[in-house]
Amino acid sequence: MPDGALPVLDVQNLKTVFQTRSGEVHAVNDVSFSLRPGELLGVVGESGSGKSVTMMSLLGLLPTPPADVRGGTVMFDDKDLLNVNAKTLRDVRGGKIGFVFQDPMTSLNPVYNVGMQIMEPLRKHMGMNKKQAAARAQELLELVGIPDAKRRLADYPHQFSGGMRQRVMIAIALACDPQVLIADEPTTALDVTIQAQILELMKDLRAKLGMAVIWITHDLGVIAGIADRVMVMYGGQVVEHAPVDVLFSDPQHPYTRALLKTIPTITGERAARLTVIEGQPPIMKDAPASCAFRDRCDVAFNRCAVENPPRYDLGAGHDAACFYDARTGEPRDA
Amino acid sequence: MLDTENTPLVSVRDLKMHFPIHAGLLRRRVGEVKAVDGVSFDVIEGETLGLVGESGCGKSTCGRAVLRLYDITSGEITIDGDEIGDTSQAALRTKRPAMQMVFQDPQASLNPRMTVEAIIKEPLDEHTKLSELEKREKVGELMDAVGLNRQFAKRYPQAFSGGQRQRIGIARALALNPKFIVCDEPIAALDVSIQAQVVNLLEDLQEQFGLTYLFISHDLSMVRHIATRVAVMYLGKIVELAPREALYAEPLHPYTKALLSAVPDPDPSLAKASNRIVLQGDVPSPANPPKGCNFCTRCPSVMDICKTTEPTYFEVQPGRFTACHLYENNNDTAE
Ligand SMILES: Nc1ncnc2c1ncn2[C@@H]1O[C@H](COP(=O)(O)OP(=O)(O)OP(=O)(O)O)[C@@H](O)[C@H]1O
Ligand SMILES: Nc1ncnc2c1ncn2[C@@H]1O[C@H](COP(=O)(O)OP(=O)(O)O)[C@@H](O)[C@H]1O
Ligand code: SF4
Ligand code: SF4
Ligand SMILES: [Mg+2]
Ligand SMILES: [Mg+2]
Repeated sequence: MPDGALPVLDVQNLKTVFQTRSGEVHAVNDVSFSLRPGELLGVVGESGSGKSVTMMSLLGLLPTPPADVRGGTVMFDDKDLLNVNAKTLRDVRGGKIGFVFQDPMTSLNPVYNVGMQIMEPLRKHMGMNKKQAAARAQELLELVGIPDAKRRLADYPHQFSGGMRQRVMIAIALACDPQVLIADEPTTALDVTIQAQILELMKDLRAKLGMAVIWITHDLGVIAGIADRVMVMYGGQVVEHAPVDVLFSDPQHPYTRALLKTIPTITGERAARLTVIEGQPPIMKDAPASCAFRDRCDVAFNRCAVENPPRYDLGAGHDAACFYDARTGEPRDA
Repeated sequence: MLDTENTPLVSVRDLKMHFPIHAGLLRRRVGEVKAVDGVSFDVIEGETLGLVGESGCGKSTCGRAVLRLYDITSGEITIDGDEIGDTSQAALRTKRPAMQMVFQDPQASLNPRMTVEAIIKEPLDEHTKLSELEKREKVGELMDAVGLNRQFAKRYPQAFSGGQRQRIGIARALALNPKFIVCDEPIAALDVSIQAQVVNLLEDLQEQFGLTYLFISHDLSMVRHIATRVAVMYLGKIVELAPREALYAEPLHPYTKALLSAVPDPDPSLAKASNRIVLQGDVPSPANPPKGCNFCTRCPSVMDICKTTEPTYFEVQPGRFTACHLYENNNDTAE
């Protein structure tokens, strides 16, 4: 995909806060990113780093209250999704933007058969009649590799295995030929051999359908295999963003660098001892006024305690939110 | 016998754990789940034996059965010279201190109404005659050992993070100076950056107290890091057992090959070039395993004999065990 192509989805300065009994939680702080046609953007980060809330915010899926999407724009199809009426948003959701969530058992309705659940968006968004929708549903199940698709349309979710349920969820997300697919940890609950099946399926589908994909995971191995670009989140912010090979070969943010050193692999050198990132991930009780990674960072200095680093452009589509320049070993200019 | 050179602390032979399936109004027994169906292995003193495999293959059941948290269907279990396979639960009580378990979900395995001190002290109350003062001191030492601040002794588990809760579980498991600890997915519920902290702790404690671990996990990368030897389970059976380096460098069993090839590599150049073995279909139900080899419904190398005859588990090379017909021709010399 050419770098100059206009983004299909463009998110700027997204900010989401939760009101809780013990005060505010600043879950998403000034997150900006864009998605180009046909590309796969990987989003990584520890649990609680704001990956899901970011995506739910832009789809308008968070209950308000407690959630409060305080700012930002989400441009899709010449519209700002944060500023459209409920009906327009519903039409986009499950229509031109498909989504898949982590746990396929809670996302599928146990009381309806799988056929009904695939047909629903087809009838709602594409105006198909029952017969057309049934034919398309069968096609979709075949597309995601479920054998004996026609018969299985009548089956209920509990009659499918975890991997097959996740395939069904993907079929539903793909039902209306979306331009954008948002997948939130779609393989985290699955075994590796089943995950491998889903990842292969995803590669096939992208080649066939050419949609743009946002793939959220905490598994850097998965990202390495499927992403074009990667966005690393920490404390509700984007701390680094780069083309996938650059992120792995030349990570710049201290968190990304530490994370890559922490994970053991099944190939390559086996470290006698794992590198550890000491301490815990932060709980964002306030809007960040200092670097969120400060307490765990081994190169932190004075400035990190009094200012929140912006994303510094490092060239070639790479940026990192850090006052320290890992290339020179010096603080960046003030 | 299986391991000749080193002394096994734990020795398991042909262990079976079948759970009955009841159905209908009269709850009649209609079948059984063969969760663990004839496994044999040794755990050498001081080593970490990794036990890997996909969800539902029987790892946890195996770990719990070895500690006799179940009354097993059949088999022999020797721990530190004592045969405990058919020992009564009452008689097991005196042996319990030597063998402990650390669980996956640090949240669910800690009583929310007990303070950290009470949780760690409980096994001391049950199994020792120490004075209250001695017990408190011991709890303090244990908290030091697992890296928990002693000042937190009076807090409740909810006040701790996942990684800290796992430290509480580990401190409790250590209270009675065990020799053997079954760690059942101790890091699965933790974040990547916290996983490394807990794994390093387990390694330190092993060295400090001379512990022997059975480390259950579905994370093959982490097992490569922590284990001395690795056993691979599929549908209630061990299909391969080998020293760590050999297993990862040159897996023998077709299932091990597929499993390793499915692990995503965090290196974009490798990941994109890989010719991954993608297994078709799902794991069959342990209530109704296939005839012949358990893996025959998904095996890329399946042969006719595999669908009729179960392969035997044998030592195919010194220290390497597998159960697969592909390796049975050179069986004659191996045993
Ligand atoms: N008490 C029980 N009664 C009946 N079936 C059981 C019982 N405990 C386990 N099983 C079944 O035995 C099989 C093995 O379960 P086990 O929990 O040992 O798997 P596991 O390998 O630990 O899986 P996971 O990776 O998901 O933890 C499964 O099919 C499970 O449903
Ligand atoms: N309903 C909610 N109420 C209060 N806080 C929430 C709620 N949902 C999410 N959060 C908080 O928002 C932050 C980001 O969460 P999330 O986006 O789910 O993380 P991730 O998907 O990266 O694991 C976390 O601190 C989480 O605790
Ligand atoms: S801004 Fe400072 S504390 Fe934050 S990651 Fe960079 S060096 Fe570390
Ligand atoms: S015995 Fe046959 S089916 Fe089983 S793993 Fe070996 S080749 Fe495959
Ligand atoms: Mg999430
Ligand atoms: Mg288990």
